[in-house]
Amino acid sequence: MDLELMINSFPKLLNAAVITLKLLTVSLIIGLFIGLFFAILRLNKNTIINKFAYGYSYIFRGTPLLVQIFIIYFGLGQIEYLRSTILWVILKEPYWCAIIAFALNTGAYTSEILRSAFQTIKPGIIEAGKSLGISNKVIFYKIQIPIAIRQSLPAYGNEIILMMKGTSLASTVTIMDLTGVAKYIISTTFKPIEVFIVAGGIYLFMTFIIHNLIKFLEKKYSFN
Amino acid sequence: MELLAFGDTGWGDELFYATLMTIAVSITAMFIGFLFALIFTPLKLSKNKFLNFIANSYTTIIRGVPELLVIYLFFFGGTGAVMFVASIFGYNEYIEINAFITGAFAIGIISGAYSTEVFRGAIQSIDKGQFEAANVLGLNKFGKFFKIILPQTLRLAIPNLSNVWQITLKDTSLISVTGLVEIMRQSYIAAGSTRDPLFFYSFAAVLYLLLTFVSMKLINRLEVKYSRGY
Repeated sequence: MDLELMINSFPKLLNAAVITLKLLTVSLIIGLFIGLFFAILRLNKNTIINKFAYGYSYIFRGTPLLVQIFIIYFGLGQIEYLRSTILWVILKEPYWCAIIAFALNTGAYTSEILRSAFQTIKPGIIEAGKSLGISNKVIFYKIQIPIAIRQSLPAYGNEIILMMKGTSLASTVTIMDLTGVAKYIISTTFKPIEVFIVAGGIYLFMTFIIHNLIKFLEKKYSFN
Repeated sequence: MELLAFGDTGWGDELFYATLMTIAVSITAMFIGFLFALIFTPLKLSKNKFLNFIANSYTTIIRGVPELLVIYLFFFGGTGAVMFVASIFGYNEYIEINAFITGAFAIGIISGAYSTEVFRGAIQSIDKGQFEAANVLGLNKFGKFFKIILPQTLRLAIPNLSNVWQITLKDTSLISVTGLVEIMRQSYIAAGSTRDPLFFYSFAAVLYLLLTFVSMKLINRLEVKYSRGY
């Protein structure tokens, strides 16, 4: 055990953890909107719209995140047309490519979580809203969405933790996040166990915080 | 299409073998995961606090740390560990461990943590009466486990195990960082030498989709088989 290395690498890894958290929060926020959008499409009665939304979530859930990042980062740059548009400003940055991939990926899982939450809402609640003379729009925003969010909290908590682990793949497209820095230190010092303990410890700590935060929210918004 | 030709002109045969490699690694990893689950599930269910602690640490750490980090630990650490053992026996040359073994082991440990949780949940949701009935029938431990508990556990566990299988299959793409030539690595090589990453990574995505689709169909059949009588 090389304690000195562990102590020395701790601040470097902690700095890198900030990048991991940034990647996580930005992609979760974008992913939540994408997820909500596709969950609503899934509930649509039009088969084409429905199938389209299902196809999106099937493709992104059925392929590894690594493939998705590589397609966006290495693949899209190949299209000549894209290089001349304003999109290129975003797509040439590995940071934004990673965020797009993460957001699309978590969006697919989130849409499934929200869809099943919407479907478990008892019809009686919506009927009660209607009989009170509340418009469909208000029922959706003020009744269905809050209930669906509460219903999906436990599953969404898992998704946040999975996504946090997923952000480690940003290191494959040259971003120095927690895993990227850890790999760099390992490959320069050849002390994998020490670095793993420190970096793994930071990840576990973040998992712990997220887990408790979700538990707290679940309690706060519980029905009884 | 000519990029996918079999033979020396295209990448069809290479990608075909890479797909077989992905399947082989996934199955090996899933199997190693089952072995880990076989060890850790009883520890989780045991009444001994210390054994509980060991099993809980295993599942918590593995499920809370990114897969890539675990793979780096095995990739860089595995060689070191083997060389250390070899140096005790007086062999000081550089030893390279097979990427297949390291990869399958790393993914297997990850998959094992998820399998352990699945089996724990399944065994815990078996009705207590079943255990008692088995005792009353005078079955020995062996018969009780294999004839009564295991078949019911499998029925309850298969839907969740199919999720574990999907996770394991997708995680094998991460082994490509260690140089094992599976779908992802082969696509990387092909993309590099043809300068056509969009095509090859999209094709890799199609291959993974195909694998998940076919395996889901097979698992559904298994599910039907194990839930007959319900």
